[in-house]
Amino acid sequence: MVGNSPCASCKLLRRRCAKDCVFAPYFPSDDPHKFAIVHKVFGASNVSKMLQELPVQQRADAVSSLVYEANARARDPVYGCVGAISYLQNQVSQLQMQLAVAQAEILCIQMQQEQQAALAAATAPSLVQLQLEPDDDGDEKSYFLQPHQLLNFTSNNSNANVIYDSFKKESHLYGHDMVS
Amino acid sequence: MNSGRCAACKHLRRRCLSDCIFSPYFPPNNPRRFAYVHKIYGASNVGKILKDLPVSRRAEAADSLYYEAYCRIKDPVYGCVGLITILHQQIYNAQWQLDRIQAEIAALSTTTDHRSQSEVQQVENVGSSFLPDQNGVHDSNSFYDISNWFD
Repeated sequence: MVGNSPCASCKLLRRRCAKDCVFAPYFPSDDPHKFAIVHKVFGASNVSKMLQELPVQQRADAVSSLVYEANARARDPVYGCVGAISYLQNQVSQLQMQLAVAQAEILCIQMQQEQQAALAAATAPSLVQLQLEPDDDGDEKSYFLQPHQLLNFTSNNSNANVIYDSFKKESHLYGHDMVS
Repeated sequence: MNSGRCAACKHLRRRCLSDCIFSPYFPPNNPRRFAYVHKIYGASNVGKILKDLPVSRRAEAADSLYYEAYCRIKDPVYGCVGLITILHQQIYNAQWQLDRIQAEIAALSTTTDHRSQSEVQQVENVGSSFLPDQNGVHDSNSFYDISNWFD
């Protein structure tokens, strides 16, 4: 009982609000709906037992969660909070799938980049070397790049590996199981 | 009568009538189910909740009441609200990771596009040397036409 006015519970139950009323700290008289919904779903007696079994410092949180559950049950008499849990679990599953797809996509892009880098390193210099001279008899001919010319070009993939290694280092952050 | 009572009537030590509201949903082979529900909600409240629902929805309601009672007994402070909080956190974390990966994909795709464009430009710059001049004539001392390489 705060001051002289009875708490919301004692008002609803029409009884004297004692000094040590277990409900008074959590069901002030200015919010009658809060106790009304909890009483409707759980019953005053059950709420009182639950609060008395808890240490004082945990009772406020317990009341908040009871109010939440009672409101959920009032809104959805069939599923109550379980409807919200089911919906959220579904969202977690969907996000997990999207994460898996995104991770696969990033891997593909990185592999593509590595291949392009390797290809660019192998072929770019050869394009410059295509200024070919005619043979000794002066005939104009089309020449393919000769094998000995290819052997002079080495690819440099050191930069391509940097991105993949940093992804591998971070991949353990994305790989853990999300749903308990 | 003692035989054939549902778990609720056994727990409440009363006769189980033919129209007992609890008997379809609290069979005698699972006494814990009603015990949990009774501890948290009370038999009277559970009976009221079930009676206010159409018969077709009562089984699901009894299941959800049992689930919530079970969560509340396991966690007397937060009950199933604790699980909701955890799920919200998981969704937040997963969304954050997804946004981060999608930003990385966008950045990598931009890099790939720029690189592809510059490679294409490089090839075009070199390849243009093979094209004939405006009169369709190749300079014999310059690059050879490669267009027939792929015939």
